[in-house]
Amino acid sequence: MSERIPFPITEEMARAQLKPMPRRSFMKSSMVQLTLVRFREFIREPEAVFWTFIFPILLAAGLGIAFRQRGPDKVRVGVVASAPGAAAVVQSLTRDSSLVVVTYDDSAAALALRTGKVALLVVPVSATDSVRYVYDRGRSDAVSARVLVDRAVQAGAGRIDPVRVSDSYVTEAGSRYIDFLIPGLLGMNLMGSSIWGLGFAIVTARSKKLLKRLMATPMSRVQYLLSFLCSRLVFLILEVATLLGFGHWAFGVPLRGSLVTLFLVAVLGAVSFGGLGLLTASRARTTEAVSGIMNFIMLPMWIFSGVFFSSSNFPNAVQPFIKLLPLTALNDALRANMLEGASFAAVSPQILVILVWGVVAFFAALKLFRWR
Amino acid sequence: MMIPAQLSTPALRVQGLRKAYSDVVAVDGLDLQVDAGECFGLLGPNGAGKTTTIEICEGLLSADSGDVEVLGRRWETDEKDLRELLGIQLQDTQLSEKLTVDETLTLFQSFYRDARDIGEVIDQVELGEKRHSRIGGLSGGQKQRLAIACALVGNPQLLFLDEPTTGLDPVSRRQLWELISKFQAEGKTIVLTTHYMEEAERLCDRVAIVDHGKVIAMGTPRELIDSVDVSHLPPPEPRKTSATLEDVFVSLTGRGLHDE
Repeated sequence: MSERIPFPITEEMARAQLKPMPRRSFMKSSMVQLTLVRFREFIREPEAVFWTFIFPILLAAGLGIAFRQRGPDKVRVGVVASAPGAAAVVQSLTRDSSLVVVTYDDSAAALALRTGKVALLVVPVSATDSVRYVYDRGRSDAVSARVLVDRAVQAGAGRIDPVRVSDSYVTEAGSRYIDFLIPGLLGMNLMGSSIWGLGFAIVTARSKKLLKRLMATPMSRVQYLLSFLCSRLVFLILEVATLLGFGHWAFGVPLRGSLVTLFLVAVLGAVSFGGLGLLTASRARTTEAVSGIMNFIMLPMWIFSGVFFSSSNFPNAVQPFIKLLPLTALNDALRANMLEGASFAAVSPQILVILVWGVVAFFAALKLFRWR
Repeated sequence: MMIPAQLSTPALRVQGLRKAYSDVVAVDGLDLQVDAGECFGLLGPNGAGKTTTIEICEGLLSADSGDVEVLGRRWETDEKDLRELLGIQLQDTQLSEKLTVDETLTLFQSFYRDARDIGEVIDQVELGEKRHSRIGGLSGGQKQRLAIACALVGNPQLLFLDEPTTGLDPVSRRQLWELISKFQAEGKTIVLTTHYMEEAERLCDRVAIVDHGKVIAMGTPRELIDSVDVSHLPPPEPRKTSATLEDVFVSLTGRGLHDE
């Protein structure tokens, strides 16, 4: 054996009290350090930044433009040119700016009507005082074309309306598709970034044995889990602000409720989905496994919870179940706040649903969590 | 200098340790005693039960039966103390690639009551130039030195190293050996596993040869080597030169350390 001086641990040394936790600066405390790690891992992952911040805005912009309100479409109508008086009818119809007039000979006219190129066909029967309308009564555009065409034909022939009317047009912010969409996207984004953000990071740490390594230190487990919630809350402020700011600035989406209530609802939603994120990550050993679980949980809510279209499209029999989904509750609460100016008390049923999901998921996750 | 026996507690005491997984008995009645200040090696082929043994000692796995005492404390009652006093390097931990060396060590430092200065630990593992580099860009040897730095930053009394040099090139391996020797020179205790006999001969004061979950021989490398009569080894082993720890293993089991 080498000439080593033995360095024994005496009973005294073994039983000696541990030093107290030193007073570290705020930034060097384990809670702050763990949270900083979450920030760093997130912002150094460009894809995560894209999906969390840029993608929802692109989606909102794309859908907002695709479904923007336009003036009513012009109606295409055909006139059989060979008939007597056709010229007079064409002249009358052309004066109406909501109509597009096309003239055809007999056989081409029938084909145009059959193939839907025109909504209605005008066949002048006599030179001055008789026309026939040919159209499909089952097509609503054909029925409204009948009204427009007849108005133009009668006016052209000299009818004078007894009542003077004037039109004034309004567009109500809050009733457009974009107004429906932005709160839904916000809810979906809060769900996605909470579940992905927690689920993926935790399972990655577990699969790389990093979680096991941290368990070999005196790190507090509660602080570890809390660090995810803390970083989520900071990013949540940015997520909510960018998406709502964009919707308000680009499309004039209304924010009729209190912003404090809106923010509180968003925080509760994010924390609740954070609990679900923990639950999805509680057992899985590989990122492939947790991706499957997360999609399994989120896909039904993308469809049923009224993100892109109203959940009232689904049958009445399933409505109670849809209302109990956490994303439905979150979306309903966000919409009520933004579009109707609902108070916190008015959305308390939705808040309750969100909270119950969060609390149950959090405790189930703690029970099931595989730390090593 | 002799210390009265009743005053000294071994750094690690393992008795009758047993651990079975569903398909295999990993540890099968293993006994060990490691004195304070000693560098102790568990030497054996892959699958001998070294990692299971060391992870039970680290409090990361529970044993089916047997008794483990670390620094005079037990996992069941003193986990909080033990986590502060142990430095641990696991076999296949991948630290977060997006963080820098400095950020990672600052994180680990924040967990400990009696933590060491980051700069000092970084100097000790010779990663000064890489202090602000991301872990993703480090070489295998540098990553391994960082893993050991993470184990050292809590100022441990006892260091557990599980195959610290596996997969490293000879230069990196020598760097790690120096690092481990320096830690031992400070009077701290080290328990390491390895399947490199050269590593065990070079670093360890005493070695336990483990096979099929049992200790089949224990002693200083010299004692173990001297116990083998080289002329009795099966071919191609018989030779005139002195035996190695590999020869010890071969003479005990009839097969090589690296045979599977």
